[in-house]
Amino acid sequence: MQPTRHHGLRCLSWFNAWRVVSALLVAAISGFTGPAAAQFRVEISGVGATQLPIAIVKFREEDRATPSLSVSAIIRADLERSGVFKSIDAPGALDENSQPVMPEWRSRAADALVAGSITRLADGRFDIRFKLWDVVKGTVLGGQSTAVEAADLRLAAHRISDFVYEKLTGDKGVFSTRIAYVTKGGGRYTLRVADADGEGGQVALNSPEPIISPAWSPDGKQLAYVSFEKQKAVIYAQDTSSGARRELANFRGSNSAPAWSPDGQTLAVTLSRESGSQLYLMDRSGGNVRRLTTSNAIDTEPAFAPDGRGIYFVSDRGGSPQIYRTSVGGGNVERITFGGSYNISPAVSPDGRTLAYVSRQGGAFRLYTLDLAGNGAQPVALTDTSDDESPSFAPNGRLIIYATRAQGRDVLMTTTLDGKIKARLLATNADVREPVWGPFGR
Amino acid sequence: MTLNPIRFAPPARLASLAFAVAAAVLAGCSSVPLGDTGAPVESRTPGGGGAGASVGAGAGPTTGGGESRVTPVDLSRAANDANDASQRTVYFDFDSYVVKDDYRPLIDRFAKSLASDRKRRLQVEGHTDDRGGREYNLALGQKRAEAVVKSLALLGAADSQVEAVSFGKERPAAQGSDEAAWAKNRRAELNSR
Repeated sequence: MQPTRHHGLRCLSWFNAWRVVSALLVAAISGFTGPAAAQFRVEISGVGATQLPIAIVKFREEDRATPSLSVSAIIRADLERSGVFKSIDAPGALDENSQPVMPEWRSRAADALVAGSITRLADGRFDIRFKLWDVVKGTVLGGQSTAVEAADLRLAAHRISDFVYEKLTGDKGVFSTRIAYVTKGGGRYTLRVADADGEGGQVALNSPEPIISPAWSPDGKQLAYVSFEKQKAVIYAQDTSSGARRELANFRGSNSAPAWSPDGQTLAVTLSRESGSQLYLMDRSGGNVRRLTTSNAIDTEPAFAPDGRGIYFVSDRGGSPQIYRTSVGGGNVERITFGGSYNISPAVSPDGRTLAYVSRQGGAFRLYTLDLAGNGAQPVALTDTSDDESPSFAPNGRLIIYATRAQGRDVLMTTTLDGKIKARLLATNADVREPVWGPFGR
Repeated sequence: MTLNPIRFAPPARLASLAFAVAAAVLAGCSSVPLGDTGAPVESRTPGGGGAGASVGAGAGPTTGGGESRVTPVDLSRAANDANDASQRTVYFDFDSYVVKDDYRPLIDRFAKSLASDRKRRLQVEGHTDDRGGREYNLALGQKRAEAVVKSLALLGAADSQVEAVSFGKERPAAQGSDEAAWAKNRRAELNSR
């Protein structure tokens, strides 16, 4: 459930109270005390974040047609989390057929306006319609209508967010994409597939033993991951819609860190079958295993560059774990990170220009980015937390999802690439970790 | 492997040392009643399960306490684990993969057991403390397990009998974010298969 402005403050359920308190704490720390910060667990730090003010009116009949979730609140939270938008108060009753009084909305400082309606159809589906206005110009930017089953209401809301985002930024939205993550609670480990906001999670795998390192195939149909169900690390690939799973790598020793090539035909993995953790390539079937690195050190955490020709990885061949790059042919090994003595978990942006990784500075493990294009570019810290793990880029490259710890729990966060806008996903008592962002399309 | 300075004594000395250890263990065995916490090494031979050592602890010496004395027996998993963990766990220093000399008797005992019966199998599980990334810790744990496997091989275990695997930071022996917990988690466990 997404708390709406009125919701979140009026009925202070335990969850909502907690959210408000934690968001206020964050707001107090970052010096931002506007009401928006208290609302969607979106944290704004630093100054100078340029955000487009947008008003999203509660959809007509939304409370009656879909009492269990609020489509307009989902859209509002999506757009705020992107860092590009600032949601402003949108009182009143409007729908897609209204003629909004633009000076009124201008006086509220809205640049854009979304209104719509939800109607329950005779066949049980829901008809969702909306319109997007440019308040400054007083024009209609577009609108859509769609009929969906109850199970796809959240998806429909995310698609509206994508439409709005794309119309107003020119970039493709990622709100209707999916993420995967692992929860740990009650002595069980569960691999889940969820919406990009972390909600609507469905169980892909449930196990009494740890599950780590999920990785989406580029077509978004399969997840490769490491499961310890055989009392050792074994790599599996699983079709998420059918649940069919197969062992990809179960060699002597440990089998871990699966990474798909951009064309989905090859996986890079870490195997210790010849002793020592080394990188190998294998076909998507698990066959044709060939060694990629040959060092006396630890080589692990491979990540393909988006052009498919290079592989970033972690190695302690220089005495401490650092990020390196090699060609898929195995040559031209080049060191990428130099600052600090512990740089791990590389993730490459879809345009290949930015590296996200975790760096230990002092005793803190923090999310950093490094501009790969700029010669001599300095690493940039994106957080001030101390247990960051597992960064993964959104497919449009505008957000990074990562795991960290808050209030004694493993939690998931998203951040913009400048680190200014962060949002915590999911409110649950379980530990949530190992996030990975899926591709476009589903 | 880069870091593997296993500083074991030369074979002749080793043999006599192993004998001394074995003698000490046997001596300990005969003088201690069944189920004393200093569990006899033989309780961990393959297929032995591992719970046996602490069962029957009530037969301890009844010095003091009079006729009303009751000695508790704890069969909970934690108690049993704690009991045999010391008999099959090698602990490591921070950021280290060196098998310390203190563990020579333990490794020797397992190596001899494997050498005496080539059908026996052993899995060596490496573990780390909870600081840092999951995959990198998995590789560090693997390195610890492989260091132990190398020691076992030097003392007579065949390559085909032992497998080094890792759980990284996924299966801590102790919870907590202090050195006491971290020290208990930097370990390799030897598990008969």
